Amino acid sequence: MLLSGRFYVPCGELSPAHQGWGQHDTMHDKTSLAQLNSKLKSFFPESALLIISGFILGGIVWGADKAQTFKLVPRNFFYFLLPQIILDTGYFMPNKLFFSNLGAILVHAVIGTCWNAAAVGISLWGCYLGGAMGNLQIGLLQFLLFGSLLAAVDPVAVIAVFEEVHVNEVLFIWVFGESLLNDGVTVVLYNVFDAFVSLGGEKINAGEIIKGIVAFGGSLIGVVFAILISLLTKYTGKVQIIEAGFIFVLGYLSYLTAEMLSLSAILSVTFCGVCCQKYVNANMDEKSVTAVRYAMKVFANGSETMIFVFLGVTAIDTDIWVWNTGFILLTLLFVLVYRFMGVFFLTWILNRYRLVPIELIDQIVMSFGGLRGAVAYGLAASLDETRIKEKNLMITTTLIVVYFTVILQGLTMKPLVKWLKVKRVSPTELKLIEKVNNRAFEHILAAMEDISGRIGDNWWTRGWKRFEDTYITWFLMKPEARKNRDYLFSIFHKLNLEDAINYVTEAEKRGSLAFLNQTDGTIVNFEKKLRFSGVMPDIMSELDFGNNNVQPTSVIQDTVPSVSLNIHEHEMKRMNEDFNAHHLLQQHLYRSRKNHRHKYSRSNFSINQSEDEVQEIFQRTMRSRLESFKSAKMGVTPAKKITKHPKKDPNHKMSNGKTTDKSKKHPYGDEDFEFSEADSAYSGDGGATGGSSQRRGTYTMGGVENPAFMPEMDTPPPPWVTEAEADTSVAPSQGAQRYLPWSPRNLHRLAPLRISDRSTDSFLMADAPATEESSEESPQQPSQRDAQGKANVSQSTGSKIKDRVPTMPDVKNNPTVQCQMGSENKTYCMSKGQHDVSRWPQQSAVISFGKNRAI
Amino acid sequence: MSSLILFLLISVSLEQIVILHNRFNQLSHNSDVLRREDLRKIPDLACNPIQSQIVEAFFDERNFKKGGEGSVQEIGFEEFLTVMSYFRPPETHLTAEQKEEIRRTKMRFLFNMHDTDNDGTITLEEYRHVVEELLSRSGSLGKETAKSIADAAMLEVASISMGRMILKELEIETRMNIHFLNMDTTFFCK
Repeated sequence: MLLSGRFYVPCGELSPAHQGWGQHDTMHDKTSLAQLNSKLKSFFPESALLIISGFILGGIVWGADKAQTFKLVPRNFFYFLLPQIILDTGYFMPNKLFFSNLGAILVHAVIGTCWNAAAVGISLWGCYLGGAMGNLQIGLLQFLLFGSLLAAVDPVAVIAVFEEVHVNEVLFIWVFGESLLNDGVTVVLYNVFDAFVSLGGEKINAGEIIKGIVAFGGSLIGVVFAILISLLTKYTGKVQIIEAGFIFVLGYLSYLTAEMLSLSAILSVTFCGVCCQKYVNANMDEKSVTAVRYAMKVFANGSETMIFVFLGVTAIDTDIWVWNTGFILLTLLFVLVYRFMGVFFLTWILNRYRLVPIELIDQIVMSFGGLRGAVAYGLAASLDETRIKEKNLMITTTLIVVYFTVILQGLTMKPLVKWLKVKRVSPTELKLIEKVNNRAFEHILAAMEDISGRIGDNWWTRGWKRFEDTYITWFLMKPEARKNRDYLFSIFHKLNLEDAINYVTEAEKRGSLAFLNQTDGTIVNFEKKLRFSGVMPDIMSELDFGNNNVQPTSVIQDTVPSVSLNIHEHEMKRMNEDFNAHHLLQQHLYRSRKNHRHKYSRSNFSINQSEDEVQEIFQRTMRSRLESFKSAKMGVTPAKKITKHPKKDPNHKMSNGKTTDKSKKHPYGDEDFEFSEADSAYSGDGGATGGSSQRRGTYTMGGVENPAFMPEMDTPPPPWVTEAEADTSVAPSQGAQRYLPWSPRNLHRLAPLRISDRSTDSFLMADAPATEESSEESPQQPSQRDAQGKANVSQSTGSKIKDRVPTMPDVKNNPTVQCQMGSENKTYCMSKGQHDVSRWPQQSAVISFGKNRAI
Repeated sequence: MSSLILFLLISVSLEQIVILHNRFNQLSHNSDVLRREDLRKIPDLACNPIQSQIVEAFFDERNFKKGGEGSVQEIGFEEFLTVMSYFRPPETHLTAEQKEEIRRTKMRFLFNMHDTDNDGTITLEEYRHVVEELLSRSGSLGKETAKSIADAAMLEVASISMGRMILKELEIETRMNIHFLNMDTTFFCK
């Protein structure tokens, strides 16, 4: 789907729009600032920019009021701003990546954070004892508390910076996952040390520590709520309007519940999102899924913006600033140094167990990505002033650390990544083949583990999948959602949807839907998609080359390269427009039985489609499909004849023998005659290089038309349903077929096929194939065939039209005829080889008339 | 390529060979040769949708030496080891060319797995067959769906490669292969 691609890179892309969102009334200057400076933004991370605009804003407010009016209150931050960001990250978490790296993430999140907290706290304490900070009312436990609140890498800051940098996915998930999961550790440490500080060192008991460790139970709460959400969406089919809301409400509830039980709320809501996403997306209506996605992004971006702006605003406050050079600078130094040390050490250990080690530059970026953010500030601000005398110093230091990491490190991150040449992700298009191959590959690896008798990762993955398939999906998914839950299928579905959208967009851009009616539907947007126009000549030449190989003996070659299709097409468009529009309207309009009641209903949002209409559409579709199926079954598809004709060509005797042999050998050779034949037939005369270029020609033939857009079909049926005619219509994705128009062979059999396969006109159906057949089998008797052709015309279309058909110039009067002719002419030149080509236009004229009659 | 296979083989340590030999004996019930049935009997493998292709890869001459063709009925330990060595993670200290060559060898292995009739190309039927098998376990998806998915995927290849079907197919396998390198982290690290 179009949307999903966009969702993984939210901040960078969406930011200008969203920046406006969080700033209600007072913050207009910032919007313009961010929007006007797209150049500034290219090297300035958004989060840093927001903080700085927060400074400015705070300055203005302070200038007006002479006092700090707004600041980031920890309670607001933790209860109203943070949850949706974390829910968003959890909900859009790339699960597979996350879980396959979970081990490394946990190591970094748990051990790394503990190390950071302890090292920073103890080092500061040591320096304090050494007298570097003067006289402070602070003890070891308080230093440790301070260290623990500064230890955690901040998810909000990390997301904001890293999503603009696009580092490779392993690196990203390590940093990102760590920032999410280390909150559990932070909460534990913070609570434990807070308890220690308030109780005093002597009264520490095991209970407090256990209470702290239980905080990891937050993830369990999250899982419980994920199950709840999934179960709920299983039954919300009738209340689609509000089903999207459940995700937010329950997600938030999971946060609050964990908070209430003083468990890690971030862990809770993260796991809630991670676990529920799959089932929720399968259970809910597609519209609700989209709604959830958009709303989630809007909320998350909004609060992110607000958090950073308020972080900036908070700084403009004379009350909180307490300067202690030694304390602040040493903290900064320790935070940085220990982060580097921790990352390097842990990665060193992990690398010993990894096949592909994390490289040094990746480690540097990882260490450098240890950004501290609003969570640290929030924790610092919620310290108890009565017990911790130096609270303000801590807040000051935390703020400085935050500014330093977010602004300076964030700013230098991009150049650093560029300079170190860190492996980046290149945005790739969604590709079905990739997914299919990956799937196959997973199975291969799992099988290899089985064969070598080892229980490895793949074994576990598969075991989990099996368990999930049998129990979890049964428990959490709707039965109908379970059915087409397969991942490959959903990709396929997505691509098809995308195609559909592209088709319509393209059509509207051209001003009419007329082009949908053309036989060469593939022409639609190959120009648009072909980003490198320089490639074109290459292809052309290659194409010609390929043709040479295909038909080494053919005298009449296709000298007009396929670009001419374009010209044809434009011509045709002009001429056909009215006609086609009419045709299209006739076909696609149903007697409207819509009652135009404009309902106002809060709970019912659906389009009031009447039952009858649906019924009619359904019946029409079924009728046409049935008939096409029938014709396919009877085996009268002219395509068969056409492609098989090389057999009758005496010049191709050699390849003929081969053809029949090979296709017999093939287990699938019967229905998919084209591919097997074409392949094997040419393998003899084409060299290795030729073979590769031919290949395209042969493959592409199958997929020229997207059955979803067959004009003959009353409603675009889902491609996978129309598989009765699978050999003719491949249901390719647009992405797949975009280059096809170059090969003239792909137009091969469109026109004749269509009429015979899918026309709803029954008597024509009987006729047209017959015509084809006769013409195929007796090319040496053109006169007879012509007569037959004419007869057909008169039979099917009546005398008025009959006059036009046989002579070429007159044909031009009928746009459709011409359109067919354009393509037919070319194809038959190619495939027919030495047969007399001049007759073919007439042939096709018959066919196209049949089609017109069918209206 | 044979030298490359050798190269791959060399990098399999003695210890690993011993482990694999034990496994080989276990699978072949202490005989010298391994048959298809022996592999098919592995319980977990029985549920693998593309089991037949994987098993077939062990008996494919192409995977043993360059220019081999056809398939054999039974294999000895040497062949078994050869096939397994395709899944050997590469050494860290390799030149770029060596890395590339190893990758090619691995890709060729995967390619051969799909290219059942050994004509140097993966044809649509062959691919359809793979996809059909791949989806056969997911139950709800019919054959027709599998077919159209295969077709669409194949067309994608055709469109990306712009005439260079074979090479591009391999390139896609490259991506796979990177996964491959990542994924079998613990494969031989026993």
